Amino acid sequence: MTATNHQWRKAKNVLMQTIACVCAVLVILPLLLVFFHLVSQGASSINWAFFVELPKPVGELGGGMANAIAGTFLLITLASLVGVPVGVLGGVFLSEYSHHRLNWWIRFTADVINGVPSIIWGMVVYALIVVPMKGFSTLAGGVVLGLIMIPLIMRTTEEVLQLVPNGYREAALALGVSQWRMITQIVVRTAMKGIVTGVLLAVARIAGETAPLLFTAFGNAYWTRHLTEPIAALPLQIFNYAISPYDDWHRQAWAGALVLILLVSTINIGVRVLTRDRFSQRSA
Amino acid sequence: MSNPPLEPKPSAAPALTVRGLSIFFGRHAVLKNVNIDIAARAVTAIIGPSGCGKSTFLRAINRMHELNPEARMEGEIRLFGDDIYSRDVEPVVVRRRVGMVFQKSNPFPTMTIAENVTVGLRLNGIRDRRTLVERTEESLRMAALWDEVKDRLNAPALSLSGGQQQRLCIARALAVQPEVLLMDEPASALDPLATQKIEDLIIELKRDYTIVIVTHNMQQAARSSDATAFFYLGELVEFGPTTKIFTKPTQKRTEDYVTGRFG
Repeated sequence: MTATNHQWRKAKNVLMQTIACVCAVLVILPLLLVFFHLVSQGASSINWAFFVELPKPVGELGGGMANAIAGTFLLITLASLVGVPVGVLGGVFLSEYSHHRLNWWIRFTADVINGVPSIIWGMVVYALIVVPMKGFSTLAGGVVLGLIMIPLIMRTTEEVLQLVPNGYREAALALGVSQWRMITQIVVRTAMKGIVTGVLLAVARIAGETAPLLFTAFGNAYWTRHLTEPIAALPLQIFNYAISPYDDWHRQAWAGALVLILLVSTINIGVRVLTRDRFSQRSA
Repeated sequence: MSNPPLEPKPSAAPALTVRGLSIFFGRHAVLKNVNIDIAARAVTAIIGPSGCGKSTFLRAINRMHELNPEARMEGEIRLFGDDIYSRDVEPVVVRRRVGMVFQKSNPFPTMTIAENVTVGLRLNGIRDRRTLVERTEESLRMAALWDEVKDRLNAPALSLSGGQQQRLCIARALAVQPEVLLMDEPASALDPLATQKIEDLIIELKRDYTIVIVTHNMQQAARSSDATAFFYLGELVEFGPTTKIFTKPTQKRTEDYVTGRFG
């Protein structure tokens, strides 16, 4: 091997390393930009009133997004009531009961559904719930977000259940425990942190969904008193304020965006903490 | 012990009577026409090279092989006279009477030491606290683990050493008070000292239990069993008192295997 050849190799190595490093920075950069921009634009508009007051009518300054913040939490709760049981039990079925060919079709369907644009879900639920009920509603908003959660939770649940060693299943069955008890008390319990992680990631995903809510929850300038009434949500409020021509509303939209991203980041950090805990337990 | 009173004489009725047992996974015959009587309150060792069907034989005794959806069986296994493959017998019931300890110790990681011992009882609906506490101590004593863990029953099961974990698994199996205890290479993943403890324990346990143990370790079979069965390519080649199998086997293949010429 000649010396020049060797040096060319070294140079190539340094070059590729640099390119990879730049790409890695490019991944982080947008997040930093978004965060910086939101803080600089939105932080000044976040105050006590933002969290406790209703939106003010056009022309009046001030007001807040209390109803949208509460609405987002209520929609997440409703969506979880739909998405968590169906998603988790579906994942249990895929991992513990089903046979290979059926599994292939269910997985394939879940993956296709995962790829369906969320606005289409909004249209589907509009046709299935909003039209028959003759009005936009909190219920429809919760259902559409729940439907988006189902395939996400199902696949993560299946994956973490598959990580549970078969030895635990056999040990439980050999004690004369029925399959259903074995699954709920041993397998699901062992994988619980992973399942919770999957649920939280699904919540983080739907917390910012806007398009499907346009067709279902619709938005509301006031408090919602009943599940059959339209409801405000942070993403909807941001959308409505951002496309308005008023500077005060623009400022509030930035503040709403900041609150929303803080909410989603908090969930993601929670997931990190949970998964780190799981690793430390495994190595113990 | 709540085991049925049985005479420990060799002439006593066998715990397990196996007749014409064949097991297929798909079209592949893993066990071929096995006939064997396993004595009660004795240790029976199953030996043979890998893939000879000895684990499958063990798992057929508590119907664990049925977890493989391709599995199919022919023949008959009677446990103290009861046909365990009879139509009206649920596998769950068989497994309560026939406990199992696995090669890889598998205490449940989300549970404490005490919870691991009582899990079989609790998941079968026994809630009475006093029964659970009593059974915990009794089972841990039988598994020769009580003195080592009595001060930390609420510690995570995974905080125990490998050998302790395996004895915990034995305690867990004993807690549901089975009549037969199946052991699938219970010491193969343990160091010599822990292995020694498991072997001592096996000899202790045969006073109350019928034990069937699969092992790759010839010395272990010779030391701790009363009878030995040699399986080869799915067939039961030879079965008899352990001393005879190891000193005067009648079959050439048995002799070759126990003297280490193959396998």
